[in-house]
Amino acid sequence: MAKLADSVQVSAIPSARKRALHRTNVIGWLFASPWAIGLLCFYAIPMLMSIYFSFTTYSILQPGEFVGMNNYRDLFQDPLFWKSISNTIYFTVFFVPLSIFFGVALAMMLNMKVKGMAVFRTIFFLPTLVPQVALAVLWMWLLHPNFGLVNGMLAHIGIDGPSWLGGESWSKPSLILMSLWGIGQAVVIYLAGLGDIPDEYYEAAQIDGANWFQKTRKVTLPLLTPVIFYNLVMGMIGAFQQFTLPYTLTKGQGTPANSMTFYVMYLYENGFRYFKMGYASAMAWILFIIVMALTGIIFITSKRWVHYQGK
Amino acid sequence: MSPIAIKRINRALAYLCLIVASAFFITSFNWLLSTSLKPLTQIFTFPPEWIPSPILWSNYSRAVEYIPFWTYLKNTAIITIASTLGVIISCPLVAYSFAKLEYRGRGLLFFVTLAVMMIPGQVTMIPLFLLFTKLGWVGTALPLIVPQFFGVPIYIFLLRQFFMGLPDALREAARLDGASEFRIYLQIMFPLAKSAVLAVALFQFMGSWTDFMGPLLYLTNEPSYTVSLGLQQFQSQKGSEWGLLMAVSTLMTLPIIVLFFFLQKTFISGITFSGIKG
Repeated sequence: MAKLADSVQVSAIPSARKRALHRTNVIGWLFASPWAIGLLCFYAIPMLMSIYFSFTTYSILQPGEFVGMNNYRDLFQDPLFWKSISNTIYFTVFFVPLSIFFGVALAMMLNMKVKGMAVFRTIFFLPTLVPQVALAVLWMWLLHPNFGLVNGMLAHIGIDGPSWLGGESWSKPSLILMSLWGIGQAVVIYLAGLGDIPDEYYEAAQIDGANWFQKTRKVTLPLLTPVIFYNLVMGMIGAFQQFTLPYTLTKGQGTPANSMTFYVMYLYENGFRYFKMGYASAMAWILFIIVMALTGIIFITSKRWVHYQGK
Repeated sequence: MSPIAIKRINRALAYLCLIVASAFFITSFNWLLSTSLKPLTQIFTFPPEWIPSPILWSNYSRAVEYIPFWTYLKNTAIITIASTLGVIISCPLVAYSFAKLEYRGRGLLFFVTLAVMMIPGQVTMIPLFLLFTKLGWVGTALPLIVPQFFGVPIYIFLLRQFFMGLPDALREAARLDGASEFRIYLQIMFPLAKSAVLAVALFQFMGSWTDFMGPLLYLTNEPSYTVSLGLQQFQSQKGSEWGLLMAVSTLMTLPIIVLFFFLQKTFISGITFSGIKG
């Protein structure tokens, strides 16, 4: 067999090479074909349709008509649209940095080489496995202004606890607290990143007499930056798409006083409760542009702070 | 102090940190379990009673009759297993082509894949809903299963990173032996990537199992509900059956806890970003 391969190579004439090249193209595209079809049907075409819808008054019930920029103009004059944007930005600005800080800290804890780690890792992952509907109920109870566990404990040490989910100013901090509970998925990604750091670096640092703090600052964190970068982008995108928890907590109402109406909740409400699909599509595109712009900014700054191994 | 003593103190500190943090995270499940065994009157008491007395096992038997639990469980299992299977079939195949095969347009296709990862699902949500309405799939589980057979960008990306780290030597050897590309993939590369495949399979499994928004959109008639959607039925105008809701939540959470416990090590080792893990 090896001989045959040799002889083919030796006698390779341009047309045979062309045919071989053609063959590798065909094989490559055959492997990629499921995704090529999926990309077209489930991403590309829907995206183009969505652009078109955003310029119409389309709803499931009526075919709708072309209205140009009307949806966008109406959106910019819709106070609830702006409210939902400011709510979402508030959540993102606080949640994403906090989730990175706690995510990395927890992952470093869970990466220690002690017995029984599988149990601890499972415990940290638990809140992401519990159904969100049940989590919502648990939090309503924990944070109940009068009978809740949290305010009960605060009262013990003489602090008059806030009304948490019941008040406009505390509802979003409550949601951030709840969401931080579910950072198990991000922790798993950080753990994978920690596992990718070769032991030799730590051994070298050990020989140089570095302490734990120095090792963390000079070895762990720099080498973890690609993973932090990934989680920053994904976390930001996820934060902008916050839906299930506030939706189930407020039964889709965004109460109190719309302080919990997040962007995607409002989008969902327009599209699937009022069937204003054109309006909702315009909202989706504005979201896409915001997310793209922010991702772009993160990418540009990443050259300064993301270090890749071996580069 | 002797080095052994220092080591002991360090270890004790490590466990202390772990246990304190765990207490915070385990509350979710503790409360779930304890509430699932309480009568309605004992649930919202302060100070809370973590161990219910008497333990009300009957919540479980009542819960699975209050909603058609077994039907919902069957629906959830079908969707979860089928979509996970779809991911296992499609994603590694595409990821392998990105990492190891050379063909025209590969770079562009990969770039578009990365771009698609950033698109919020809401952008395509409405047109997809209309597409599935036209196909007559709304009300069935197909919209939650079929797309997975055509690849999921984030899983393709994770798997591609893993394949990048696998050496080319094996592939070259097999090719010289006359193996076709597909056989090389199926018999050599796919088995080598099994920890990465397991990682994405587990992500998909957990995602499908607990998904709320997908079923909310597409499973419009009650007999096709999943468990996570059915949970809402315990909250009604007449009052909420919290104990029963938690009983079903516990039942639904247990299988994935067990799965995660046994697979966590392989799961974590299957995710890689550097592309140089061998």
